[in-house]
Amino acid sequence: MADTHSIIGTKNKKGQTYTDTWKMMNEAPRTPSFYTGSEVIKEAIRRASCDVMIAYPITPQSEAAALIGELFAEGYIGDYFRGESEFAVMSQCAGASFGGARVFTTTAGPGTMRAMENFPMWAGARLPIQMIVTCRGINSPLSIQPDTLEIAYLLNTGMLVWHAETAQDFFDWILKGYIVSEEPDVHLPLALCCDGFFVTHTKDVVNLTPADMCLPPYDPYRSPVPCMDMECPPVRMMRDPFVMKSNYISYATHASWQQEIWAAVERSRKHTIHWLNGLVDTENTDADIVIVASGTAVSQGREAIRMLEDEGVRCGLVKVKALRPWPEEEIRQATKNAKHIFVPEFNVTGWLAKEIRATVPNSQRVHAGPHVCGGMTMPPEIIVSEIKTALGMKTFSMAGRGS
Amino acid sequence: MSKERIQISEALYDIMPSDYQDLVKSATYGKEDRGWKDIGTSKELIEQHSLCAGCPESMAFRYILASLPNPEDTVMVGSTGCTSLVFPMVAVHNIHSLFGNQNAIASGLKRALSVRFPGRVKDVVVLAGDGATVDIGLDMTLQAWFRQEKFTTICFDNELYANTGGQESGLMQKGFVAKMAPVGKLFDKVRLPEIARESGCHYVVNCTVSKPSLVEKVIRNAVHVAREIGPTYLQLYTPCILEIGKNSMEGLQEMRDSEKPTERFAYKEYISEPAKQLLAELAAKDKERKAAAKQLAGQASA
Repeated sequence: MADTHSIIGTKNKKGQTYTDTWKMMNEAPRTPSFYTGSEVIKEAIRRASCDVMIAYPITPQSEAAALIGELFAEGYIGDYFRGESEFAVMSQCAGASFGGARVFTTTAGPGTMRAMENFPMWAGARLPIQMIVTCRGINSPLSIQPDTLEIAYLLNTGMLVWHAETAQDFFDWILKGYIVSEEPDVHLPLALCCDGFFVTHTKDVVNLTPADMCLPPYDPYRSPVPCMDMECPPVRMMRDPFVMKSNYISYATHASWQQEIWAAVERSRKHTIHWLNGLVDTENTDADIVIVASGTAVSQGREAIRMLEDEGVRCGLVKVKALRPWPEEEIRQATKNAKHIFVPEFNVTGWLAKEIRATVPNSQRVHAGPHVCGGMTMPPEIIVSEIKTALGMKTFSMAGRGS
Repeated sequence: MSKERIQISEALYDIMPSDYQDLVKSATYGKEDRGWKDIGTSKELIEQHSLCAGCPESMAFRYILASLPNPEDTVMVGSTGCTSLVFPMVAVHNIHSLFGNQNAIASGLKRALSVRFPGRVKDVVVLAGDGATVDIGLDMTLQAWFRQEKFTTICFDNELYANTGGQESGLMQKGFVAKMAPVGKLFDKVRLPEIARESGCHYVVNCTVSKPSLVEKVIRNAVHVAREIGPTYLQLYTPCILEIGKNSMEGLQEMRDSEKPTERFAYKEYISEPAKQLLAELAAKDKERKAAAKQLAGQASA
């Protein structure tokens, strides 16, 4: 059995040194690099000691998935192939994870939806697979443009769900994500989401950890359920297959297992706070007006706050980093002084605003918007306009943007 | 190649279930010549099952588990259906995840085991019903073969959806009246064995499970070819006696009737050239080993 403590300091076949993750992420020197989001995914996976990556083309994640193929060709990943559909790919990921591998995949939009049946299965089987979701439209008529609606469908699967704002978040969280996901008291899959194109296809300065350091390998024998490799006793996990029976014992077994999945999501909270330095980031939360957002809506909110400051309106900001576990107490605290809470989103239904309304007292304070969708950008002006309108201030018209 | 992984700590021995104690005492993990003849003289790798009385699927399970050449390093993948009622009672690691994705699970699993255990044998065997293999999972069944994934696919063909109550399936015979085929099935039984051959399988057999010795032979061949060369496919008739209106004791006769030369389960096999060569080599080695053992036994008795 692999013992991560004895592996620290040794080298892998590419000459990278297995490094204590805390040291690697927080103490090792960083090199500023100018990369696209897709290239950043590749650089993170180069350092992630991944065993298996399974790919399928769908915009806007195709480039990242192909770049990881290059890593495989260079010998950084144990195995890599193109599956036949997202449903198959997510099942292939499951198979590899059942077999004790550290597994990585990427998907987007309709691919996420096609694969959906797999996600509660991943969580139920306690498979710590990491899936990058580069969000795009899922509606008909066909759209490939950025839109975060698919995240709403992931929130009740039992997966951990994080929402990255920038390529830097992406780089750090891919690596930290494996550490949180693989904790024995968590051992759940992670959907690491970002807004497609805005993060994947733009270049940004990202501070990278040294390329000759990598994560300690995954140890499948720390899993709370047996690894399916016939290296441990093939216990009969059930004396009687309760799965399809209609009796109280069967219901109770399934109910307690579902509760355990959500308890594991809850137990990930302490690890997530430790590694991400909190489930939320906050600025000026003593202000009367607070913007709460996730993903690139945070960047737009930040810019809107700067514009409002020029007009003498002071605004706070809450960046929601983890959606599962949900930062209920953090959001309550950060918005306790707010008279108005604005939730800008890149989707038509406003799923984040609904979550926040269900979290904060006096939920009439929550303004669900502005919303853009279908690939529209969200100029900070429309956030400014939304806020000024709500405050009864004069604002310019944003005809055609639905605000 | 032994039972070392299932040994029980002495201090805990008496609190282990008796069927587990039996596995330690007399199962056939690691036995080189294990096969159907061990049934009755050793602990089987299947405990009690909850299939219908007389279900041919239960016979098939027993023969297959007795015949796997390497159960101590074999992982099985199942799917939803009657087989998923049995797998929890099987003493090799096995995975149920969703309905129809068994060959995708097996693809990822086999690759993970190859990455984690280079140079060691880890066999993967898929066992699923005809609905899982041919209807909902056909895409993943075929794609695994196209990719030349090195595992065995076994289809328990009962020519309908048994666990959900006898609905039409792609492997059902044309004209059969069933649920969801109220005027009889309108198209032919899907010819998956031929499709398997064209899709790149190196060893394909279509037969019934009426003869345990035959099941043993085809299982051993299929696993060995998959291990060394590429995908293999076995389509085994395991009639659902309940849904075709037979009694508990009539399953065996149903299989015998269906394997006559003109019937749809007449023995058919396809073996690729590399697989033929491999099987010939294995047969030669087997013969050599048996001759040596015989000689040794002769010397001992002399």
